[in-house]
Amino acid sequence: MISRREFLQASVAASALWGASGIGNWSRLAAQQVLTQDKLLEFDSFGNVTLIHVTDIHAQIVPIWFREPEINLGVGEAYGQPPHVTGADFIKMFNLQKGSPEAYALTYDDYVALAGTYGKMGGMDRIATVVKAIRAARPDSILLDGGDTWHGSYTSYKTNAQDMVNLFNALGTDAMTSHWEWTFGTARVKEIVETQLKFPFLGANIFDAEWDEPAFEPYKIFERGGVRVAVIGQAFPYMPIANPKWMFPEYSFGIREERMQEVVDEVRGQGVDLVVCLSHNGFDVDKKMAGRVQGIDVILTGHTHDALPEPVLVGNTIMIASGSHGKFVSRVDLDVRDGRMMGFRHKLIPIFSDVITPDPDMAGLVEAERAPFKAEIEEVVGKTESLLYRRGNFNGTWDDLICNALLSERDAEIALSPGVRWGTTKLPGEDITREDIHTVTSMTYGQVYRTEMTGETLHTVMEDVADNLFNTDPYYQQGGDMVRVGGMGYTIDVSKPIGERITGMTLLKTGEPIDPARSYVVAGWASVNEGTEGPQIWDLVESHIRKIGTVRLQPNTSVVIKGA
Amino acid sequence: MKLTRRDMLALGLGGIAAAALPYQALAASADDWTAKFTGGAAMADAGVTLTAPEIAENGNTVPISFEAPGAASVMLLADGNPEAGVATFNFGPSAGSRMASVRIRLSKTQNVIAIAKMEDGSFAKASATVKVTIGGCGG
Repeated sequence: MISRREFLQASVAASALWGASGIGNWSRLAAQQVLTQDKLLEFDSFGNVTLIHVTDIHAQIVPIWFREPEINLGVGEAYGQPPHVTGADFIKMFNLQKGSPEAYALTYDDYVALAGTYGKMGGMDRIATVVKAIRAARPDSILLDGGDTWHGSYTSYKTNAQDMVNLFNALGTDAMTSHWEWTFGTARVKEIVETQLKFPFLGANIFDAEWDEPAFEPYKIFERGGVRVAVIGQAFPYMPIANPKWMFPEYSFGIREERMQEVVDEVRGQGVDLVVCLSHNGFDVDKKMAGRVQGIDVILTGHTHDALPEPVLVGNTIMIASGSHGKFVSRVDLDVRDGRMMGFRHKLIPIFSDVITPDPDMAGLVEAERAPFKAEIEEVVGKTESLLYRRGNFNGTWDDLICNALLSERDAEIALSPGVRWGTTKLPGEDITREDIHTVTSMTYGQVYRTEMTGETLHTVMEDVADNLFNTDPYYQQGGDMVRVGGMGYTIDVSKPIGERITGMTLLKTGEPIDPARSYVVAGWASVNEGTEGPQIWDLVESHIRKIGTVRLQPNTSVVIKGA
Repeated sequence: MKLTRRDMLALGLGGIAAAALPYQALAASADDWTAKFTGGAAMADAGVTLTAPEIAENGNTVPISFEAPGAASVMLLADGNPEAGVATFNFGPSAGSRMASVRIRLSKTQNVIAIAKMEDGSFAKASATVKVTIGGCGG
């Protein structure tokens, strides 16, 4: 009898040959130079269970530009492994063609030119079209949202996430897990979960902080197509560390690997046929967890915003990475028999907004959510001649602009801007609207602080954040990128341990080395400390852009990377 | 501090007694405590399960738990604190399961160590690195 593992491998190989996987299909698309909705959705239904996965939409409900990272370094065992592969290396690894639609969707190479060719991606109305098409083929499909859904736009901020709650209810979501959702505060989260959400808000690792006991629904068992599927939620483990814990002091999170094993054993004990983990751990954390927790068939991974055209196999577990900002929807068909996953077929469906027809119902809902804010969000604040993007391990151009705003508007020597992975892209020549500024700054703790830090403290901060990113043990990684810095240059050796990575800190204004004993005036935003006072970052950035009129950024060479 | 039989009874109705390790005039290191507890005996890697967060949500109150079937006593140490000793848990013969949960303060990133002395006189050890961070910017 063929082993389960052999089945999985056979299935991957076969689907590639038949052109039913993302890869096979995309290559053919490229060859034909044809991009149609039918081609994007083409899928030979397989097995008896279908999962639909979206994650990290960050409240982007209309089509957007989003340039994938140029620098996305992996350390330790993750070195050179997906998703730590970018640009030409990514194209080579996944056998894509340069300049093709998939290269545009998945890499940064030649982004501006390809954006002109292939157009914006995402949009809730296009996602709804894709979801409906999959459900038409497989009515029993399970639609799962990996979280970071409620946060990230002007309208989600102004409505306290109500727009996203309404749209995801309308989409027919079956379950979600969470991260930035919590930054709306415990009271709002509970209000939504208890009175508005039409589906469960899962988090096996969300515990009561006082009693250290499970506090939220850990899993949901779905009976679909004669199969019992357990979906276990795993919220972002480092909520109270990476985001302000005073906003949700009642709860504790953590990876809690032993808890995950316990819950998997519990649902297996109930005789489910398939175990799915809907995770916001981040890719490397999930990969480690997949190798240590026994009995998970599928991990739908999120948080680190990686989009991979093929599943990654860890033992008998398949990992699906569905990107961010609404750029992709993953469809995973599974053959589940006798309580076991016997095979799978997968496709990462790119949401090309010019190709996929908007679903009229969802388009109407999106329009209705945006209408009350139309004048405010569409107001033009300035123009950019530079490509503005954020994603990447070190400063993106949006971050350079934000740091420039912090330095000039707050009269600071050094600016610090958080290394978040969300935020959309603007092409050269485009107007910058108020909404654009919010897609890279929106949050419930956006106050800009102005303070003094010694050179020694600055070094400690830099080392601490670098270790959150480049610790060789994924369980110690929090899943953000490096803190963005203005006014100061530095060298980072990502192969070194904490305390030894950051050297050569230099005050750019004078070219002098940072003096550990001297105090520097530092402006920054997104402090996790309660009671931070100052103007909101989006107001400050708007003020700066209005003063300069047109954004023209010089290439940033202030960070020197070693050991990669 | 030595637990008297009376203390044992007072604390140990469930068959478990815990004693905060005495503060010493000169702070003792984890190695000092280990030597004193084991007398230099070898420690097995298996036998005690230590559960600790990878990154502390609050360094002032870090939840730590251990389970050591067959242990007569378990010593908890925090090797980076000014005083490494945390507590020793003694389990009487009537103790149902040899486990405990506590919250401890960690001054910085360090290892939390649990050493179990088994009823047969052998020792086992488990260790976990707990990172105490100043807070980052999770994306």
